[in-house]
Amino acid sequence: MRKLTFKGGIHPPEKKELSENESIIEFPVRPEISVPLLQQLGAPSKPLVKKGDPVKKGQMIGEAQGFISANVHSPVSGKVKDVDYTNHPVTGRGISVTILTESNNTPTSDDYFKAEDPEKLSPQEIADIAKNSGIVGMGGASFPTHVKLIPPKGKNYESLILNGAECEPYLTADYRLMLEKPEKILLGAKLMMKACLAKKTFIAIESNKPEAVREWEKLTSGEDWIELKVMKTKYPQGAEKQLINAITGKEVPSGGLPVDVGVLVQNVGTAAALYDAVYSGEPLIKRVTTVTGAVKRRANLLVPVGTYVSDIIEFLGGYLGEPGKVIFGGPMMGVSQRTDGVPVIKSTSGILVLSKTESTEKPQTNCIRCSRCVTVCPIGLMPYEIAARSETGDLETAGSVGALDCIECGSCSFICPARRDLVQLIRLAKNKIIAKKKRGAQK
Amino acid sequence: MIQNLRLSSSPHVKDPTTTRRIMLLVIAALVPSAAASILFFGYYSGILMLTGTISAIAAEAIAEILRKRGLKSLTDGSAALTGLLLSFNLPASVPIWVPVIGAFVSIWFGKMVFGGLGHNIFNPALIGRAFLVAAYPTLMTASWISPVLTNSTASGFINDKLRTNIESVVSSEELDAMTSATPLGLLKDARRVLSNPASTDLQKDKARGSIQTLYSWETIKNMFLGNTGGSLGETSALLLLIGGLFLCALKIVNWRMPFSFIGVVFILTWLIGGTNGFFSGNPFFSVVSGGLMLGAFFMATDMVTSPMTDKGQILFGLCAGFLVVIIRTYGGYPEGVCYSILIMNAFTPLIDRFIRPKKFGIQEVK
Ligand code: SF4
Ligand code: SF4
Repeated sequence: MRKLTFKGGIHPPEKKELSENESIIEFPVRPEISVPLLQQLGAPSKPLVKKGDPVKKGQMIGEAQGFISANVHSPVSGKVKDVDYTNHPVTGRGISVTILTESNNTPTSDDYFKAEDPEKLSPQEIADIAKNSGIVGMGGASFPTHVKLIPPKGKNYESLILNGAECEPYLTADYRLMLEKPEKILLGAKLMMKACLAKKTFIAIESNKPEAVREWEKLTSGEDWIELKVMKTKYPQGAEKQLINAITGKEVPSGGLPVDVGVLVQNVGTAAALYDAVYSGEPLIKRVTTVTGAVKRRANLLVPVGTYVSDIIEFLGGYLGEPGKVIFGGPMMGVSQRTDGVPVIKSTSGILVLSKTESTEKPQTNCIRCSRCVTVCPIGLMPYEIAARSETGDLETAGSVGALDCIECGSCSFICPARRDLVQLIRLAKNKIIAKKKRGAQK
Repeated sequence: MIQNLRLSSSPHVKDPTTTRRIMLLVIAALVPSAAASILFFGYYSGILMLTGTISAIAAEAIAEILRKRGLKSLTDGSAALTGLLLSFNLPASVPIWVPVIGAFVSIWFGKMVFGGLGHNIFNPALIGRAFLVAAYPTLMTASWISPVLTNSTASGFINDKLRTNIESVVSSEELDAMTSATPLGLLKDARRVLSNPASTDLQKDKARGSIQTLYSWETIKNMFLGNTGGSLGETSALLLLIGGLFLCALKIVNWRMPFSFIGVVFILTWLIGGTNGFFSGNPFFSVVSGGLMLGAFFMATDMVTSPMTDKGQILFGLCAGFLVVIIRTYGGYPEGVCYSILIMNAFTPLIDRFIRPKKFGIQEVK
């Protein structure tokens, strides 16, 4: 099969071998968990419980507020210890519902709304279930799924792409899921396709996962609604725009959305979550996450949302040596944490521990105009230039040379021989430009 | 619970290639040529190269101390590379103080005044060379002749027939001085004789004979291997080619630059470089002679002073190649690689302004 790909990109060491052969294990519920009310891109949800309230597993504890937001459910049965600001893995601080798990933590499915006949659901009903179950994109960006499923007026989806590329080094959660729970992904994808009215579904898997490719070759052969696409192993192959480009040849217009080219991209984990919500009525309260790097044991865990990283590490036998960095997500786009007292959230695709030595960085030096960043940028930007403008505060030029188009994939920073913090500078310019625009709009 | 873990922006892994590694690899690619020049010109040329390299490092150290920035930048290897490249441009017989002056000019006026590594517009080594040629023209050109003619081990190039031809040209033609004995210099002299209406038929015959000898496979082979007059690093086109291709393979040098550069020189020389109308030039002679290999693979490709995009690199190479042929054929100097590159350096910011990569997502909607 011809391997598909995009222009630019890099080849960081894959490091998948550390955890790719670990079967998914269910992580036991801990005595205390902390469920942040902001689990997605957009607005945090509104707390529905208060200190001292009893909660049941699967009970909604946070309600979506605004258009881009998602419901939050309790992953355990127990008592609310507090609703207050705590450590948040993405924003640093955020409101969380801290719950003390009751010892007799038996799953109760009273609240679970199970679809009578999943085959007969209408597109809107599927989207509603996704919304009620608090499903968000599980590849890392965590965009609320129900918002994406139904195309905006005047637009429509041609095809659905299931993203199983998992191009971030180290991470193997999607890979294990594709091997161990393929039927969930398949049925979930069918539901998605139905909801978004696409005519065709593609599942994209990178060529460095031959077992998954073989498995899915079997699953998709003879099915005419879904087709397997093998992607070249290259970062950022799994980035939405790059994936669409590789498979359909189309380019999402600058400033536009995938729907503008008629494509919906969903992570394989999201499809499995939708399956759970529809077929068993379980909202999104746990996810598969890869714990890897400098830990005694590496694993792919099915973890309840809200579980503290420190508990997970303890379960796996502790750190290997002294930890330097704990990263939520992969090494390319992941967010480093100040403490391991942070909870797993719906978008936590991996927890990567880097040792002290892996965490030390060489100092930045002058840009030598080597053009490497230009060569690797999948968006065709000149990162050195945007970064230089960002440094001097020339936001106007930074914007005009494409700062807003940057997908923050980090390829430029990865490759820079002068060790310049290119993405960081570009992100800074981007945020400032967006903030300025907002301020302008308010006036 | 562990507090105070390291916070930093993503990405958390980096490619192992650093500025320093790039500079050291370029230096490594130059080592074979440096060794060859010691072989052909004697150990003194080794001393010259060492002096140039050390002076460049010293020059940078002094500048950094004066700018109160500490000596950190010295470890990146760029000063050493500039010093070595500058020495490659010197004739083998120059006095020892020449590379010292050249290196200081290169580093101070070619690089530090612009703000240090990465900010300079012109290739520092070429700035140094251009200065030396302007300040000490005799040392920098006339002295090329001596190592080749006196050093018995390197006498392969100037064969007897050619030598008689040169002498007859020089003695009868009242040129103020026999400027050089590099193959390109000889070619230029012969051309001058041919285009001078005062030349006698005999002189013209001799000049034609020189050209014929220069264009012979024997000469070209010698030049390709390194048995020829010229500056230290220019001698062996073959070794420079090997070093250059090594850097292309490592993607430190963008192959598009040297290939378009040398390609243009090849084709254009063939077209207009001859003395018998179109297509009488010898393209093989043109690409193995002078500083072309050194210039195209190691000077023009200097990252700081060449364009950012593939297309920009090609444009730079094409223009520089064009200028080289024009200077060699019609200009006052026998060789034009140095000036061609410096001229194109000046255009690099402009090229980068207008030749940009195609941005994703702005293709026309069909
Ligand atoms: S500029 Fe942005 S999109 Fe381009 S490589 Fe850097 S982070 Fe990725
Ligand atoms: S990769 Fe780094 S050194 Fe090279 S051009 Fe980009 S910013 Fe400059």
